Amino acid sequence: MTISWTGLAVSLVLVVVAAGISLAWRLGLERSIVWAAARALVQLLIVGGILVLLLAPGVSLWWSWLWVAAMLAYAAYTARQRAPSIPGLLPVAGLAFLAAGAVCLLVLFGLGVFPLTSRTLVPMAGLIVGNAMTSTVLAGRRLQEEFADKRGEIEARLALGQSGRDAARPYLRGVLRSALSPQIETTKATGLVFLPGAMTGLILAGVPPVQAVLVQAVVMFLVLAAAATTTSVVALGLVRRLFTPDDRLLALSRART
Amino acid sequence: MPGFALRGVVLRHGDATVLDGADAELPGEGVTVLWGPSGAGKTSTLRLLNRLDVPDGGSVAYDGTDLADLDPRALRRRVGMVFQRPTPFAGTVADNLAVASPDADRTTMQQALERVSLATDLLDRDADTLSGGELQRMCLARTLITAPETLLLDEPTSALDAEPAQEFERTVLDLVGGGLTVVWVGHDAEQVRRVADRVLELRDGGLVESREWELARRSSS
Repeated sequence: MTISWTGLAVSLVLVVVAAGISLAWRLGLERSIVWAAARALVQLLIVGGILVLLLAPGVSLWWSWLWVAAMLAYAAYTARQRAPSIPGLLPVAGLAFLAAGAVCLLVLFGLGVFPLTSRTLVPMAGLIVGNAMTSTVLAGRRLQEEFADKRGEIEARLALGQSGRDAARPYLRGVLRSALSPQIETTKATGLVFLPGAMTGLILAGVPPVQAVLVQAVVMFLVLAAAATTTSVVALGLVRRLFTPDDRLLALSRART
Repeated sequence: MPGFALRGVVLRHGDATVLDGADAELPGEGVTVLWGPSGAGKTSTLRLLNRLDVPDGGSVAYDGTDLADLDPRALRRRVGMVFQRPTPFAGTVADNLAVASPDADRTTMQQALERVSLATDLLDRDADTLSGGELQRMCLARTLITAPETLLLDEPTSALDAEPAQEFERTVLDLVGGGLTVVWVGHDAEQVRRVADRVLELRDGGLVESREWELARRSSS
């Protein structure tokens, strides 16, 4: 199944519907809605153009790896932009994306789930990084909130002679649990409550449903592993930055959402 | 006994300057009360003494050694602290004591409770079920189980009713009688007169000993 440029233009009616609702309710979001839709379309067209180049016959796989590296860097930058009040998020997010990418791509390609080609590498890496970015921001904000709320308890532990790492450990578990829970809930509801994007796309593109389901299952497991890896790297990495070398807890504001 | 020496200490809290080149000696005996108006920076000053905060200038020494040269974790076990509001950790009273002293056996824990006049059968009670006064005593026991030489108390009775506050006060004075040194941030003038051996006032960026107080313990010592 293909979609024509006319079909795309007609689908913009849906953006007009969203903007119309904003106007009717006087939400003042019309410009944001139109801007977001236009920006997304332009970004997708640019990415599509690059994918055409990357997937062309004879193009070296190294170009795809370069694209993946650029995605990682941009995602780390975006994570910091989304949560500017979290100290030292940029390098921690970069490290978390590298770890999540390494774990997931090694399993996918090292164990032969997919063949390693530009057609599989770029979209899979995109999925990993996209979900890892969401997990990073969520884990970072939860950590900041928890440590601001439990500052008294954490300092009481420090005052008893515990190291920053030991004082933080009981609260880290709660942060990891609440940062991972949304992903677990989403995984549980898949298929019953909603059909995920990858599967919907594949079915629309004419892939047999069973094959679409198998790909989607791999994608779900990928996203779960990416979220778990990212969340733990972010939590451990940020904790080191919330304490000084002499085991003092830095002043923390509550996360701005 | 070891005490503290502040030399040219500068401490800023937000836009306010709490200490501006303060020099002071806190002797290693009895009860020294830090006094000053609300918001003057008494708690901030107290936190310098176990390095939960560091000064913006000058130095704080304990037992003749600059705190910057001491291992902060070792320092905090020599200089314990009880906070203004009780800070129970999740779990039982025994769990709380084990955070401070993971190797302590039940007998040691029971002795720690006895030192603060808490019933020893509270050991297995969930800390969240204790009253405010009991909680603050448990926090005191939790600090004492690390065997500190000096105890920092940050308005420890301000969240308690009169009776548990006075019980807490008597317990601390018993401990002082046993040789413990206490630095106490005061909030209640009557209490200060009862407990203090000396009063240091935060005034104009300095920390100066005030002789204007009629201290019960000074006349009795």
